[in-house]
Amino acid sequence: MAPDYIVQMNHISKHFGGVKALQDVHLNVERGEIHALIGENGAGKSTLMKVLAGAYPKDEGTIVIDGVEATTATPRAMIDMGVSVIYQEFMLAPDLTVAENIFIDQMQQSGMFINWKDLKRRAKQQLQKIGFGHIDPGKRVGELSVAYQQIVEICKCLAKDSKVLVFDEPTAVLTHSETQKLLELIMQLKAEGVTILYISHRLEELFAISDKITVLKDGKYVDTVETASITKEQLVTMMVGREIEQLFPERNAEIGEEILRVENLRTGDLVEDVSFSLRKGEVLGFSGLVGSGRTETMRAIFGADKKTSGKVLYFGEEVHFKNPKQAIRKGIGLLPEDRKSQGLLLKQPIRYNATLVSRQGNGFINHKKEQEEVRKLLARISTKYGSTEDNADSLSGGNQQKVALAKWLAVDTKVIILDEPTRGVDVGAKTEIYQIINELAENGVGVIIISSEMAEIIGTCDRAIVMREGRVTGEVPKENLSENQLIKLAMGV
Amino acid sequence: MEATERKIKSMDATRRKFDWKEFIINNNTFIILLLLIIVSAFLSDTFLTTMNLRNILLQQAGPILVAIGLLFVILAGGIDLSVGSIMAVGATVSAILITDMGMHFSMSIGVAVIIGLAFGLFSGILVAYAGIQGFVATLATMTIARGVAFVLTEGRPVKVEAGTISTLVSKDFMYPIIWITILLIIVFTIIHRYTGYGRKVIAIGSNETALKLAGVRTKQYVMSTYALSGALAALAGVFVAARSSTGSATVGMGQELDAIAAVVIGGASLMGGRGFVLNTVAGALILGLIGNIMNLMAVPSYPQDIIKGVIIIAAVLLQILTSKRDRTI
Repeated sequence: MAPDYIVQMNHISKHFGGVKALQDVHLNVERGEIHALIGENGAGKSTLMKVLAGAYPKDEGTIVIDGVEATTATPRAMIDMGVSVIYQEFMLAPDLTVAENIFIDQMQQSGMFINWKDLKRRAKQQLQKIGFGHIDPGKRVGELSVAYQQIVEICKCLAKDSKVLVFDEPTAVLTHSETQKLLELIMQLKAEGVTILYISHRLEELFAISDKITVLKDGKYVDTVETASITKEQLVTMMVGREIEQLFPERNAEIGEEILRVENLRTGDLVEDVSFSLRKGEVLGFSGLVGSGRTETMRAIFGADKKTSGKVLYFGEEVHFKNPKQAIRKGIGLLPEDRKSQGLLLKQPIRYNATLVSRQGNGFINHKKEQEEVRKLLARISTKYGSTEDNADSLSGGNQQKVALAKWLAVDTKVIILDEPTRGVDVGAKTEIYQIINELAENGVGVIIISSEMAEIIGTCDRAIVMREGRVTGEVPKENLSENQLIKLAMGV
Repeated sequence: MEATERKIKSMDATRRKFDWKEFIINNNTFIILLLLIIVSAFLSDTFLTTMNLRNILLQQAGPILVAIGLLFVILAGGIDLSVGSIMAVGATVSAILITDMGMHFSMSIGVAVIIGLAFGLFSGILVAYAGIQGFVATLATMTIARGVAFVLTEGRPVKVEAGTISTLVSKDFMYPIIWITILLIIVFTIIHRYTGYGRKVIAIGSNETALKLAGVRTKQYVMSTYALSGALAALAGVFVAARSSTGSATVGMGQELDAIAAVVIGGASLMGGRGFVLNTVAGALILGLIGNIMNLMAVPSYPQDIIKGVIIIAAVLLQILTSKRDRTI
């Protein structure tokens, strides 16, 4: 019997100006399967999904959904054909209620007015169907956690009778337990006959849930394989042509004297009591669930938030940074967790971004000289870009992150705090970022990494602090680092 | 290392190849201005006479300065509605200082500009430190400044003796306000393009949070843009007083809207972070030319407004159409 394909995308090509984003790509998804799409950033996954969603018109190729060719591929037409995409950035209205969001494009009216009671009832039904009946349909979406917002987004797609659900890196913003719940939900949706297309950088997830995996590389189709018949190492090799053990490069840093000491720090509502110390040349990991207060701790140290009480000692001296400027003057840097909203000027040239910290003065700028400096800086960390004058949003996620990081490499830092440095970054660029971290440590910089990926903490850190509900629950030396240990401390088991 | 550099350089070189489409997109304000000049020259014989062109420059010197000041506020993500009223303060203060207080006109200009700067600073403090939205803060300043101008003059225009402030527009001195304006255009182009200050103003409009986390204390920069806008508006008011030898509290009524239009026609984004000084100047000139050619053709004043509005929409639509490269949702 011929396979029953619900999505058939064949010979798809897409150009952006002179750049070939997709060349002769195939994606054939059978009805009812969980099909994973994988590839480095810039491999064309997101572009392919945007073509499927009708957000980008294709240059060449055919799209057939459930036996019907999609000739007019607009977002509306694709939704009507049963394809819904859950993007990384949710398409939700934060000030409207859960119910309104779920039925935002199909508000049924009785006469002139919306029947609120009925709307809420139907929203409740929809939520119950996927096991989240405890979410109040009357609540404003902005008040929900990110994980619940995602559930609302999923309900919204299901309410449209979607046959195919596309998840674009759904777990990037979720904690470990939330991820588990989401994966269970996806399995349940599969059992109900929904076809799932799943994009993620996290191999464990793909192996846990997917039936088949399609690999893209540099905008080209590599292969589609049965998940059961392949190993992680083989898959990574297909994606990047690189062995997995190279993911975490070796480091030869000498760990020296203590440079930063935090005692009983308390700030905002999330950080109750945090103490730790950091040494010269050390890479210190911060593990824990999202919301455990790691980011807030670092922001308080950096002067971005006020600390309520506690001490910060920097090179043995107590410091009170009132704003980031004071911290930066003393040699502390912080790479924020969300590069789009906090780390980069997306609509400004790469050059402005790379010199954001080093250029503090108000005086004259020599553009030529600055271009030269930025080129050298970006070449040092092998950033791929067209021109220093292109806007930052023209780059792929990994290269955006490198530019965000470059601004700290342009100045002399003694302590650098990296909040989720590889979130949304592909495998190849990850290794390169770890390489940069190693070089920093080898040059005597104390590095703090906040990461929700335990493999990253284990692979890169000399020591890890685990936080839970605003407190430090454990400190694990390198030799004892294991996922098991980190989870236990993070969950308070 | 060297190989990478060479590669990057060659990539830059291929990008630098001349691209007509790109050229038109980047210079569409100037192209519109040029087209308008050509059309005007055909429509009226008097348009290209030295006297008419000089009149346009004398008339537009003020609006150009106001638009440049506003551009900096808009670049940093704000808006300034008070510029028209601050013009009135500038015009009346300079006139009163000369006529009633016997101050030398050059001093009076300085005082007027400082008072304009103070009004701008007031808005800037409200926005940057009290957290009031620019629209609301400058709406209040706009009302206050206009009121001040009326109180100072008791509602009557203040005549200024010939040979004092009118020196600014005198032929014997080669029409100083034209040269002052050209000098300021150059100064602000340099500030915008070649200084760290200009860079920060643009960056604030792009992503203030990112800039704060990069160690820049953004509030003082936000405040400074309003102060700058106030100072330039007051100077523009002085220009009006110089041309009419009168300081009137009704000077600059509605000028804030023309200034916003000039900035927008110049291709700046009202969301902040994007805009250029010379394009804004061209935007102000476009608006001035439209008025001028309609006057030359004896179009009555009310229909003029309608036509002006339509042309603003056309200019901005052209901007949008030429800058759209890829369709996204």
